[in-house]
Amino acid sequence: MTDLPGYLVTGLGTGCGYALVGSGLVAVYRVTRVVNFAQGAFAVVGAMCAASFLTALPHGLGELAAVAVAAVVGLLVGMVALATDPRSALIVTLGLSVFAYAVEVLVWGDQPRSFAGLPGAVTIGDARVQSHYLLVIGVTLPVFAGMALFFTRTGTGKALTACASNPYAAKVIGIDVRRMGWLAFAIGGALGGLAGVLVTPVQQITFDADVTLIVNGFAAAILGGLTRPAVTLAGGLLLGVTQALVAGYGNAAHQTDVALGLMIVVMIWRAAQRQTRGPVEEPV
Amino acid sequence: MSGARGADDGTVEVRDLVVRYGPATALDQVSLTVGPAEMVALIGPNGAGKSTVVNTLSGVLKPSAGTVAVRGRLAHVPEGRQVFGDLTVEDNLRLGGRRYKLRDTGPVHAILPRLAELRHRRAGTLSGGEQQMVAVGRALMSRPDVLAVDELSLGLAPLVVADLVRHLRELNETRGLAVLLIEQNARLALDLCSRAYVLEAGRIVAEGPSEELAADDRVSAAYLGGVHD
Repeated sequence: MTDLPGYLVTGLGTGCGYALVGSGLVAVYRVTRVVNFAQGAFAVVGAMCAASFLTALPHGLGELAAVAVAAVVGLLVGMVALATDPRSALIVTLGLSVFAYAVEVLVWGDQPRSFAGLPGAVTIGDARVQSHYLLVIGVTLPVFAGMALFFTRTGTGKALTACASNPYAAKVIGIDVRRMGWLAFAIGGALGGLAGVLVTPVQQITFDADVTLIVNGFAAAILGGLTRPAVTLAGGLLLGVTQALVAGYGNAAHQTDVALGLMIVVMIWRAAQRQTRGPVEEPV
Repeated sequence: MSGARGADDGTVEVRDLVVRYGPATALDQVSLTVGPAEMVALIGPNGAGKSTVVNTLSGVLKPSAGTVAVRGRLAHVPEGRQVFGDLTVEDNLRLGGRRYKLRDTGPVHAILPRLAELRHRRAGTLSGGEQQMVAVGRALMSRPDVLAVDELSLGLAPLVVADLVRHLRELNETRGLAVLLIEQNARLALDLCSRAYVLEAGRIVAEGPSEELAADDRVSAAYLGGVHD
């Protein structure tokens, strides 16, 4: 049990990455009702860009520039996806994520890439944990707090919430719902890019790493019905910690299977709870 | 509320409006006007195209043909309240003024004091009448010259409707607000408005002063239960 604190910290760090990818899905889905299958690609773009930028730029600036590129890619994906109807948009995002493979291989090659994160390690209990995991947690939690403030305290955030709550009424009062959708995609791009930038120093990224990220991010997001960022954070952390514990105490080959199995159990339990209580309007 | 911004503010002029949903024609050559400080009703059965008219006026729908001219600001109270249920009453109001960067909810609270009491409540938790009040207040936040109200009375208790009507009449009389009232409740609409149009199957089939329409046998039989005023 002396390794437990170490597993918890690494699990929380990994879970933060899933939560960021999942919250990007939530940001897009709430406003546009589009499940964005290109969300994992944003993380890969962010990670690859950071690896390139950091050869010329200092830490901090390089990562920020990579997140900005991912946001722009998100915006472009949104502009293409929202030019179609929501049902087609899902397929469009899937197609764009596959297209991204070709671009990524062309630009960065097919070999795994990484870059240095926060150096050193800390001792937690009897375990040594890379300091970078603490950085991942330390960045992710304020980002979620900032998102909560953005959506609840700013005019633009409330306009996004209004589009999510009632797109017709939003149009009636003059909110440009399509532009808000683009903004949601840009936010999704930035969140995905941030996930890639944060996770890459501890987990090498390849062009097809988006599959793992999107599956885990989607599992985290679906826990909150694709609409609740706070539940997505909780879901991501639960996934990450479960995977770390399975890998630590069991077999690392099954860590994803066990974690996703747990998510299915949680979702079945939640569905049963809802049926027992009847339909309840859930807060955003 | 600001006063009139120009001599023609508060006027709506629709000429030969055609709106199509794919192959279906929802509005066919519809023409109507609302003058400054005038209260005009648009009545008709379900599916006649009344909401399509107001959705075109507010820019939610684009005309397939014809012209829509709105001088001044037009605010739209949509059918079925359509509040932002996840947001507070205050947030709903502020979003109504967002297009014109108007954030002060004080003037709306002065007109609808109940909204001041409810300001921190989530709009989705309010009663139907309160939600309709929020929808009206949200529209008033833009300090409109013309208010297009789609089915004010739908699903509301008579006392609640009477209260909302009182507010509308007061806004019209004291602030010169022009009103286009879209209603299935023809008696309410004809009592409140000085002039009316009857829309059936996407076409204007009758128009004129409300008293004359109420006295018309066909309108009376179709919309007033055959009872003349």
